[in-house]
Amino acid sequence: MSAWKKHEIFEKNSLILIIGIVIAISIGGLVEIVPLYYLKSTIEKTEGVRPYTPLELAGRNIYVREGCYTCHSQMIRPLRDELERYGNYSLAAESMYDRPFQWGSKRTGPDLARVGGKYSDQWHKDHLVNPRSVSPTSVMPGYPFLVKNELTTRDMKDHLELNVLYGVPYTEEQIANAKADAVAQAMPDSDAAEGFEERYPGVALRDFDGNPDKVTEMDALIAYLQMLGTLVDFKLYDEKANLR
Amino acid sequence: MVKQKARYLTLEEGGFATLLLATVVLCLIIAGRTFDQVLAFHAGVVAVASAVGAFYIFRRYFDGEKLRAPLEIDGKPNYNFGPVKVGAWLSVFWGIAGFLVGLIIALQLAYPVLNLDLPWTSFGRMRPLHTSAVIFAFGGNVLIASSFYVVQRTCRARMPGEILPWLVVLGYNVFIVIAGTGYLLGVTQGKEYAEPEWYADWLLTIVWVFYLFAFLGTIWRRREPHIYVANWFYLAFIVTIAVLHIFNNASLPVSLFSTKSYIVWAGVQDAMVQWWYGHNAVGFFLTAGFLAIMYYFIPKRAERPVYSYRLSIVHFWALIFIYIWAGPHHLHYTALPQWASTLGMTFSIILWMPSWGGMINGLMTLSGAWDKMRTDPVLRMMVVSVAFYGMSTFEGPVMSIREVNGLSHYTDWTIGHVHAGALGWVGYISFGALYCLIPWLYNKKLYSLRLVNAHFWVSTLGIVLYICAMWVSGIMQGLMWRAYDSLGFLEYSFIETVDAMHPFYVIRALGGGMFLLGALFMAYNLIMTVRSKESEETVADTSGLVAAE
Amino acid sequence: MDETYVSLANFAQTGGLLYFMAVFAAIVVYAVWPGNKKRFDEASSIPLREDD
Repeated sequence: MSAWKKHEIFEKNSLILIIGIVIAISIGGLVEIVPLYYLKSTIEKTEGVRPYTPLELAGRNIYVREGCYTCHSQMIRPLRDELERYGNYSLAAESMYDRPFQWGSKRTGPDLARVGGKYSDQWHKDHLVNPRSVSPTSVMPGYPFLVKNELTTRDMKDHLELNVLYGVPYTEEQIANAKADAVAQAMPDSDAAEGFEERYPGVALRDFDGNPDKVTEMDALIAYLQMLGTLVDFKLYDEKANLR
Repeated sequence: MVKQKARYLTLEEGGFATLLLATVVLCLIIAGRTFDQVLAFHAGVVAVASAVGAFYIFRRYFDGEKLRAPLEIDGKPNYNFGPVKVGAWLSVFWGIAGFLVGLIIALQLAYPVLNLDLPWTSFGRMRPLHTSAVIFAFGGNVLIASSFYVVQRTCRARMPGEILPWLVVLGYNVFIVIAGTGYLLGVTQGKEYAEPEWYADWLLTIVWVFYLFAFLGTIWRRREPHIYVANWFYLAFIVTIAVLHIFNNASLPVSLFSTKSYIVWAGVQDAMVQWWYGHNAVGFFLTAGFLAIMYYFIPKRAERPVYSYRLSIVHFWALIFIYIWAGPHHLHYTALPQWASTLGMTFSIILWMPSWGGMINGLMTLSGAWDKMRTDPVLRMMVVSVAFYGMSTFEGPVMSIREVNGLSHYTDWTIGHVHAGALGWVGYISFGALYCLIPWLYNKKLYSLRLVNAHFWVSTLGIVLYICAMWVSGIMQGLMWRAYDSLGFLEYSFIETVDAMHPFYVIRALGGGMFLLGALFMAYNLIMTVRSKESEETVADTSGLVAAE
Repeated sequence: MDETYVSLANFAQTGGLLYFMAVFAAIVVYAVWPGNKKRFDEASSIPLREDD
């Protein structure tokens, strides 16, 4: 039947159109994304970058949950004023375990890539509960509920296991003790603290929110903020070796 | 309607009913086993929605409704406009909701006390709600509704399926509800413009496949030998958004009973994938889709064919070919290797050409009929939208240049640029399409052209206030960050730059409020159009065929 | 700077350029080919034609 034949050609045309569209849109994406995986220069060789501890990871997830990235970047550009205001420019290696990346696109507030160690835990707690108490004209929302909410650690092990699946180098010990370690890092006097120190040598171990009774979301978030940008020692970093 | 007492369930009815019932079971299992309250809530929502859907399929069956609505009545296509109507009204609703949330967060930046210090009202959770509501809920419904209308009219064929189109429109809106309530309850992937978590992403993926088939199926049935260019743009939008969505949301959940997922890509690669997605959400959702609207509604309203069909073909291929490369210009001076951001910048600058080709094509369609700009405020709205498109597609390439981006990035300039495109281009072309669609769909005369005029002027003034405030504050912010005093120290602390933004944030909120007011005018106007008794019989562009729903 | 980067850049700058020019030329030729004019004129009038 001739009508059927015609119909068939039309169908083919729309499929040809789709194929054309797919080809046109594939090239750009492939050329820009694929080399990032096999060019070795994409991620610099550094010492010190390590996966997040369970508490830091939980804190990072709170950072994501509250949409901090809508106002804060974590990406210092190699421009003079940024180097002076925030510190060394950010390396790709420093966010190599970040899922999702939180480089951000807007600085309603300052960059946080190297906020770790710049302020005290107490300052962070006061600031997060009521930003105006430490910075009178700040436009940041207050997060008083973080002090009250107990941190959920129930499925911490699953979180680490999934990251291992993606190639993040957590040890079996770290996975097995994920839940205990999330608590221990904010409970320096607890029995579990010793094991934490063994599994994460040199990592900050203290009561971040100043409340010894429980591990709160505030503990986790401050633990995360205080380690941001502190992993790479830039006195030892060989910039020339990583020129790209 | 003739009642047919006994008939078999069609394959479509049976298939969708099975799918929906399976979804109900799956959701109930998840809701019953999860510790995660938000997941339980969302599983409940989807279970109820699916159950209602299945109920309607069976009710339709037992009511003995005709097996299939006829494809033609008296030799004319029997279009299926029911889903188009629902999509159009939902877009009006989501538009107003999205603009309102935008106004609230604009005021929060000027007056932080409005954050209320509650989890679900803070800026960080409301801002994704705003962006998703305006882009995906408002824009998405406009695109789905208009594409279903345009593809049927330009193919002169009824779209396939009785259940399928409804599942697309309603399923998409269930996705919107899941995504939006998720943000407020703290469920987000933390990737800009791709915040919905893994289960919402799956829902969207399924709906989108149905959407593609509903659209393609109409094209396969067409009575016209040619596929009109608007449908090319719609098709590019549907296909590309599917590809972008899948790759940018390639994540695995912590468990089937957790809302939390981790994305496959990490760090610099995630950044590249994200902005490949992010910029092409602009390119294919907010540009290609709405260009399709331009290529149908402007010629239709101006009653003359598009200025150059040849140009539209070059426009189409050049646009989709070049846009896909532009993403890395969001990552200048970052840890992304410079070759990638240079590529992004190069293509962004080239992109200026096809963009303006499209703009010229839209504007010149009016040649010889410019007087209609004066007499028809709906057409004027659409033409001004194309002018805004031209403006923001000029500004965009400029901002993609590395040195300019060094100043503009991280500042309000970007916000202003986005809103020139979003309010001026996407907003106005959508309003124009809605002012056309609702009267055509209901075979009524638009209630008040004067009200359209009022809408146009109040929102144009609002847009001007908005963009100018953001230009000034953005450039000022960028300059203050890099200002040095005579001794060579940074002149301003960060908080001083925040303080300097305040008046502009107030002006911006005022502009946004005016834009919202205009949209309220539109909603009233459209509602009164449908409620009025006056039908439009003199105008030829209403076919008068109402769908058999 | 490793070799892969340099060779990739070379390829992008020469092969890529030629490829884009060829594709663009093909599209333009298709669009302005005199034989296609009638089809395009017909297509452009689709929105204006009514069903009745």
